[in-house]
Formats: sequence, C-alpha cells, structure tokens
Amino acid sequence: MSTAVATAPVTTTRQEVEDLIHAYVQCIDDDRLEEWPDFFADDCLYKVIPRENADLGLPVAVMFCDSKGMLRDRIVALRKANIYAPHFYRHLVSNTRILGEQAGVITAQTNYGVFQTLLDGETRVYNTGKYVDKIVRVNGALRFKEKLCIFDTYRIQTLMVTPI
Amino acid sequence: MDARVKRTGGLIWPEEGVNSAVPYGVFTEQAVYDEEQARIFRGPTWNFIGLAAEVPNPGDYKATFVGDTPIVMTRDEKGDIHAWVNRCAHRGALVCRELRGNNAAGTYTCVYHQWSFDARGDLVGVPFRRGLGGKGGYPADFDTKQHGLRKLRVENYHGAVFATFDDAMPGFQDYLGADGAVDQHLRRVLEGRDIEVIGHARQYIPSNWKFYAENTKDPYHASLLHLFHMTFGLYRSSQVGGVKITGGWHTVLFSRSGTDSEEAISETKDSQLRTYQADSYTLADPSLLKGRKGEWGDDVTLVIMSLMPNLVIQQIQNTLAVRQIVPKGRDAFELVWTYFGYKTDDEELRNIRLKQINLIGPAGLISMEDGESSVICQQAVVRDQNDWSCIEMGGRDVKDADHLVTETTIRAFWDEYRQLMGY
Repeated sequence: MSTAVATAPVTTTRQEVEDLIHAYVQCIDDDRLEEWPDFFADDCLYKVIPRENADLGLPVAVMFCDSKGMLRDRIVALRKANIYAPHFYRHLVSNTRILGEQAGVITAQTNYGVFQTLLDGETRVYNTGKYVDKIVRVNGALRFKEKLCIFDTYRIQTLMVTPI
Repeated sequence: MDARVKRTGGLIWPEEGVNSAVPYGVFTEQAVYDEEQARIFRGPTWNFIGLAAEVPNPGDYKATFVGDTPIVMTRDEKGDIHAWVNRCAHRGALVCRELRGNNAAGTYTCVYHQWSFDARGDLVGVPFRRGLGGKGGYPADFDTKQHGLRKLRVENYHGAVFATFDDAMPGFQDYLGADGAVDQHLRRVLEGRDIEVIGHARQYIPSNWKFYAENTKDPYHASLLHLFHMTFGLYRSSQVGGVKITGGWHTVLFSRSGTDSEEAISETKDSQLRTYQADSYTLADPSLLKGRKGEWGDDVTLVIMSLMPNLVIQQIQNTLAVRQIVPKGRDAFELVWTYFGYKTDDEELRNIRLKQINLIGPAGLISMEDGESSVICQQAVVRDQNDWSCIEMGGRDVKDADHLVTETTIRAFWDEYRQLMGY
C-alpha cells in the first residue's frame, strides 16, 4: 500500500514472544513462584489493573510493583505472611500479537484466562483479560520490562494473592 | 416464659439485651436477610451511595445499591445530587443499565417502552400517550406526576453522599451521633478537601455482610490475622490508639504507629504469634512502606470508620478509600472500593498512595485476609443456628476505650442491630 506508515523493523519473532509468555504462565501454574520475578528485567513494572479503571483512565492497580524486589516481596508474602484459601491457577493464553518494536523494546498484546481451583475441587473462571507487555532482551533472553494485566473480571472472587 | 427472644425462623437470641453472644442464624437465614433489607437498609438508616466526586458534572450518574435495591445517583443541571430506585415506574425494568456515565440530554429513558425520566426521577415522557391514529393511548386521567421513580432522600456530607428510604429520618449529622467523635474523624479526611477519585476495585465475598461489618469494627484481630500490620508495626494492639462509638453503632478505630511501649513489645514477643516476625521478616524493597507522615497535621496512622449500615472509610498510612458493602443474599456481599486522593496531591504523594494500595484492597497484603476471614466464618456456621459466638474481649459492655484490646465496637453493632431488628 502506498500509504503504509514506516515502522521499525520487527526483529523478534512472535514465536519467541509466545515462548516467553508460555514459560511465564506455566511458572505460575506449576507453583514455581520463586522463579516468577526472573521473567522480568531488573528495571521493571508490573501492574494488575481492573478494566473498570483502565477504561476510565484511572491509575489504581490492585497489584503494583515497580521493582524486582517488590515482585519478590509479593511471593514471600504469599508463602509466609498472607492468609488465603489454598488454590491452583491454570492460565490459557492466546492471540499474541507483536504491536511494534522500538529502540529494542517490543510491545505485545495477549489474551489470557485464569481458571482457579480451590480445595473443594471446583474450577471457576477466576480472571480474564489481556497482557500488554513491553519486552526487552537481557543477555540474549527476552524479559518483561513492563507487564500490565488489564482484567475484565473486575469483581474479584474473594481476594487475589497469586500473580496473574 | 423463656425470656429469650424467639423470632424469625425460630432464631433464639441467647439472652435478651446481650450483645456479646450472637446466634449464628443471623448469618444464614433467608428470613433474617429479608427483614434486614426492610428494617435496616430501607429503614431508619443513612446509606452511603458514593462520593460526590464520582458525579462531578451536571448530567453525571452512577448506578449502585442501597442494600440489594438497585438505585442511581445523579447530578442534575443545577448541580444537585439525587437518587432514585433503578426500576421503571411502568413495568419494572432497569432504567439505567450502565455503571456510570454522563447523560447530556438530562433524561433517563427505559429501553423497554421508552418512558423517560429526568435526573430527579420525575416522569417527563411517555410514548404513544394519546395513542396512534386515535387508537390506544393512556386513559384521560393518566397523570405523569403520579408515575415518577421512587425517590430517596439524599445528603452530601463533605463530599460523601448518603441516601435514605425513610422520609422521617433526622439529618445525616444527627444520625452520626451527637458527641461528634466519628464525625470528627470523618471531617478530618473530607472537610474542605477537593476529593479526586483515583480508582475502583470490587470483591465478591461468599459471606454474610455482617461478618465483614464485625471485622471492620474489630481492633482485636488486626494484630493476630495480619502479619504485615504486626511485623511492620503498621498497626498493633500495643500501640497508642482507641475506639469510639457514636450514634449507637458507628465506630472509629484509630492508632499511631511507633508508639508501642517496651513492655507491650516484650509481652508480644513472649506470646510467639505467627504474625510477629519483626526480627526475621524483611522486605527486599521497603519503598512499599515509605509514607508521608503528618499529612493530616497529626500522628494518627490508621483510622477505620465504620458507618452503619454499609460504609467503611479508611485512612491507612496515606491510603484513603471508601468501602461500600452491598449485600447479595444471605451468604454473599460485594465490597466496592473507591480510592481517593486530593486534587492538591503532589506527584510524590500520589505515587505513595498508589503504591500503598498494595496493602489495602482485594489484593491487599493486609486486607485480602479480611475477605478470607469472612469466608471461613460463613463456611462454618452452616448448621447449629442457635449456637452463638463469644464477643467478650474487653468486657461485655458497650463503651469507648483508650486501647485496642477490645471488641466493644462489635458489641455496639449488635446492640443497634438487635434494636432495629426487634430481637
């Protein structure tokens, strides 16, 4: 098309981005949460944002970590401090698209759904939404510089302790 | 005759006039729930429906609930706030189907037959009123003035909006209580402030709403359930603080961080509580706890106000939020969080508020545990409705305390509850 807008060449493949996202959700679902912060760059931002706020342009996130230390603190709190019902997550992710790459930062969007199973054995749709990720290469490996989880299920069932 | 009061569904209050023992049936019986809707939420109470800052402009509206009755809060073209039941006067359909928005036309039209109402709830338009081609139409004596929406009385109290179904209710300030203790704390965070809503969060908790009402009036649990409170000294029962009760069942808990006595800390250590790990539990990034001291010109670091029947308003460190309790049946409620700051916030203070929300909300490192405690109570009271809880910390009476080792505020709740419900 003659009206095409010039964009920076995409040098990272969707396959690579999907591999990162698949490894990320399987880390959570397999309860290897101590490894979860390793999916992020040292300088990182992680937010879990109700769609209600995203649509209104309001800044509140229910989880807001702006350092790798804060990510680790979330997991230590989950293991040692917080009181909640034991549960499992199962993430399904799909429709990953690379929206652009600029100055080494890849922007990608992915749909996700999280099923939650409590010890009563019933599995419920717990949280659905989209990941809006900014991804960078750290020592050759892709890492999240920014991960926004914007969730449709803005009425949270009881509480949220495990990261999305 | 048995002096105990036996009422709805065979429920027996353990002893007449007692607030320290509550039969579990109040948390489980449908008949009790239905009576609460009539006698409490639609009775002689002022119910929180939103912040005025949620409807800042003429034409703005917000859909919410009083008890489980759907209502809409509106702001009219003159700037006045109104509330009406969200149920068309024609055939009972929802008039407003959005959570919030702006209605520039100023009318609210039911989609079913397009009856339209103004922001005050008055009927202003009825299609085919005279019929079509001389056929049909409403009777000659049909009077639109008789078919408005059911209106609630509304008061805007320093930016917090309350509504009542009871036309005979005294004003909101009277309802808060004459001696002003709760009022004073409420005005501390609201009066003269330009409030700015910074976000919302919602939780659906499978528990009777009263377990949460008890929880937010309970200074006893906070040291014992919440490790973050206890370990980091955000709140401890050993701190300087207290509880105040006004208007029967409105309560305020307040405390000051860093005021624990050596003796109290020593006693705390000796009791080897799960939640006290001050020597071993640390944060990799302590910026979470970096607040701004003295924002309100005093050293109070935690205030939980519980304004019955449906509002909790909090200052915890620098976070500000209203929590609206919306009952959804005898065994579920929705908790609607609206976080706010002030328009005068500098960037650093705003970021402090946003970061501290990690502590307070559905995913709050502290407050998530209140959701869980409500659930485990509901799960356990499924049977034995005439057994009762024991609410005796700090005595069996209802009075203010200059410490936090008490459940007197919970007893205040049950005292007023019994009177409204006739137990």
